[in-house]
Amino acid sequence: MDKTPEQINQDLLRPIYHASWRFYASVAVLASLVLAAFYAWGYQMYYGLGVSGLNRPVYWAFYITNFVFWIGISHAGTLISAILRVSNATWRRPVTRCAEAITVFSLSIAAMFPLIHLGRPWLFFWLIPYPSERGIWPQFRSPLLWDFFAINTYLTGSVIFLLLPSFPDFALIRDRSNGWRKKIYRIVSLGWRGEPKQWHRLEMAMRIMAVAIIPVAVSVHTIVSWDFAMAPVPGWHSTIFGPYFVAGAIFSGIAALIIAMALLRKLLHLEEYLKPLHFDNLGKLLLVMSLLWFYFVFAERLTTWYGNFPSEMSVFWSTQSGRFSPLFWAMVFCNFIIPAPILAIKNLRSKIGWTVTAAVPIIIGMWLERFLIIVPALSHKYLPYAYGTYRPTWVEITITVGTFAGMGLLYLIFSRVFPIISIWELKLGMQRKAEAAAELASQEAAAEQP
Amino acid sequence: MGHRWGMVIDEDRCTGCEACVVACHAENNIATVGDKEAARGRAKHWMRIERYYEGDFPEIKVRFRPVLCQQCDAAPCEPVCPTYASYHNPEGLNAQIYNRCIGTRYCGNACPYTVRFFNFFNPVWDKPLNLQLNPDVSERSVGIMEKCTFCIERIKAAEIRAAAEKRALKDGEFNPACVQSCPTEAMVFGDLNDPESRVSRLSRSDRGTKLLAELGTAPKVTYLKRGAWHNGQNA
Repeated sequence: MDKTPEQINQDLLRPIYHASWRFYASVAVLASLVLAAFYAWGYQMYYGLGVSGLNRPVYWAFYITNFVFWIGISHAGTLISAILRVSNATWRRPVTRCAEAITVFSLSIAAMFPLIHLGRPWLFFWLIPYPSERGIWPQFRSPLLWDFFAINTYLTGSVIFLLLPSFPDFALIRDRSNGWRKKIYRIVSLGWRGEPKQWHRLEMAMRIMAVAIIPVAVSVHTIVSWDFAMAPVPGWHSTIFGPYFVAGAIFSGIAALIIAMALLRKLLHLEEYLKPLHFDNLGKLLLVMSLLWFYFVFAERLTTWYGNFPSEMSVFWSTQSGRFSPLFWAMVFCNFIIPAPILAIKNLRSKIGWTVTAAVPIIIGMWLERFLIIVPALSHKYLPYAYGTYRPTWVEITITVGTFAGMGLLYLIFSRVFPIISIWELKLGMQRKAEAAAELASQEAAAEQP
Repeated sequence: MGHRWGMVIDEDRCTGCEACVVACHAENNIATVGDKEAARGRAKHWMRIERYYEGDFPEIKVRFRPVLCQQCDAAPCEPVCPTYASYHNPEGLNAQIYNRCIGTRYCGNACPYTVRFFNFFNPVWDKPLNLQLNPDVSERSVGIMEKCTFCIERIKAAEIRAAAEKRALKDGEFNPACVQSCPTEAMVFGDLNDPESRVSRLSRSDRGTKLLAELGTAPKVTYLKRGAWHNGQNA
């Protein structure tokens, strides 16, 4: 039943060489949505942020929601892949690269939102500590500056983490192609020849990166949460936010990974590689995160309610029974009540359709969670006279839709340029398995001898 | 010793006439955003009169509270700005450097008093207000935050004048536009570093409270309420 290396090459490299009309059609649709989002952004830059639904006191809304949401999705990849690598989980091999790619793309999208939301985006570089003739440095006490460094570190790290194990596969494409493709892949494979020295260095580098990227990933979302927790806004100023955000990020990240894997499996015919086992294992992780998420929400809500501070209670009731309560209860349904039972029942979890059914509402629910952290709190700050509310405009909705399309577009193009499953790691895994089986057989044979 | 500007507002004296709001608009070139934008929550009033009701009908009492930037000593708006646009000036004011602002609006979120205002569009003035702009105050473009400055242009002018005449500033020599225009003298402005100034004496009054003092922002505006004004013994 195991495939030969040549069959693997053919199966996994097929998307590099052949594209159906469906690919071009999807690219056209997604690209036009992305263009619409860029139009909306240009419109906003030309006329000012007034074309969005932002107001006083709700100075942050959809854009920051999207920012936090996409940073959360980015925890799908690098973090999960690194943890699976460090813990040496053998089933990870077909999963890692699609996960790492999600990180790079969602992080790139997330990093755009702090620019989109700026009043004067053309001056964003004032966040960079560069030596200027005025001798002004950025404010290092500002969580936004911590954010800037955290995101750049994470983006750099996850790009390296994605590219490192890609070189052997680029070299494989180079060796099997000719013409312009050979030229391009010769450049990007950086002279990979598969020498023992190169393999050794690759392994060392991956080992270091896998360990190094885990604290970076945890710190990134902690710092994102501190954008809120550091401000004395009722409902934001909470010590639980760091771990709460990290858990939520991993939660939405795994859900995104499951959806992406199911799509890849279907579209690129990878049924033999992305098996129900992988969805089952990821489903278990998702169940754990769903329970953890519920625990965090419960703990946060209970302490707020019990503490009974007037300013916090106005935020609390606006989400429990007030204006924002439909969104809040939809979030609880999407993140816990729908997925938890599905994922807890083994017969359902081991079926790919059901795992995806559990994952899709989580994406919606986690987006709502980010929105519900930001907007109700800002609408109900301390002085009741200055209460407000918020309603998005077409600009914000277009940009939000555009980022989802952008994610799909980048991923689609990626799956045509990179082998979406790490070929050499898959082969290595099979080799290791065969060696272990041979070892076992020889031991058994030795034991049987009188 | 330098100056440390502060204010005292007597809520019992405030009639809610909003003369201070109008004076503030005129002095500081604050754009009028129009009714539609105001309804969307984009009105810019560096000084506003908050109206609250006490008691139940028919024994109902209306209370007014003029709210402006409290010029906090420990201002939450300052450390969150990534570009130093909101900073603490040497005289203790929460200054906003318009040129340095890139519009993250983080200061506006962090401010518990909601007294920081964002320019959602470029400023426009209903005619003929466009003909009465104050040349001492810069206009603010789209995409940046603005806020009460305690009329820093008046502070600086008075300081320069006093320095040129080689004398110390006198208490009450100048006032911000809101204080100057208040018909009931509900507001008093002055130097808190001078223990004998009127604002210092009043801010030590038993009737004094700080707005949202429990947040530890250490505001330099003191509110007086319940009781008589200058009953002979006051402060």
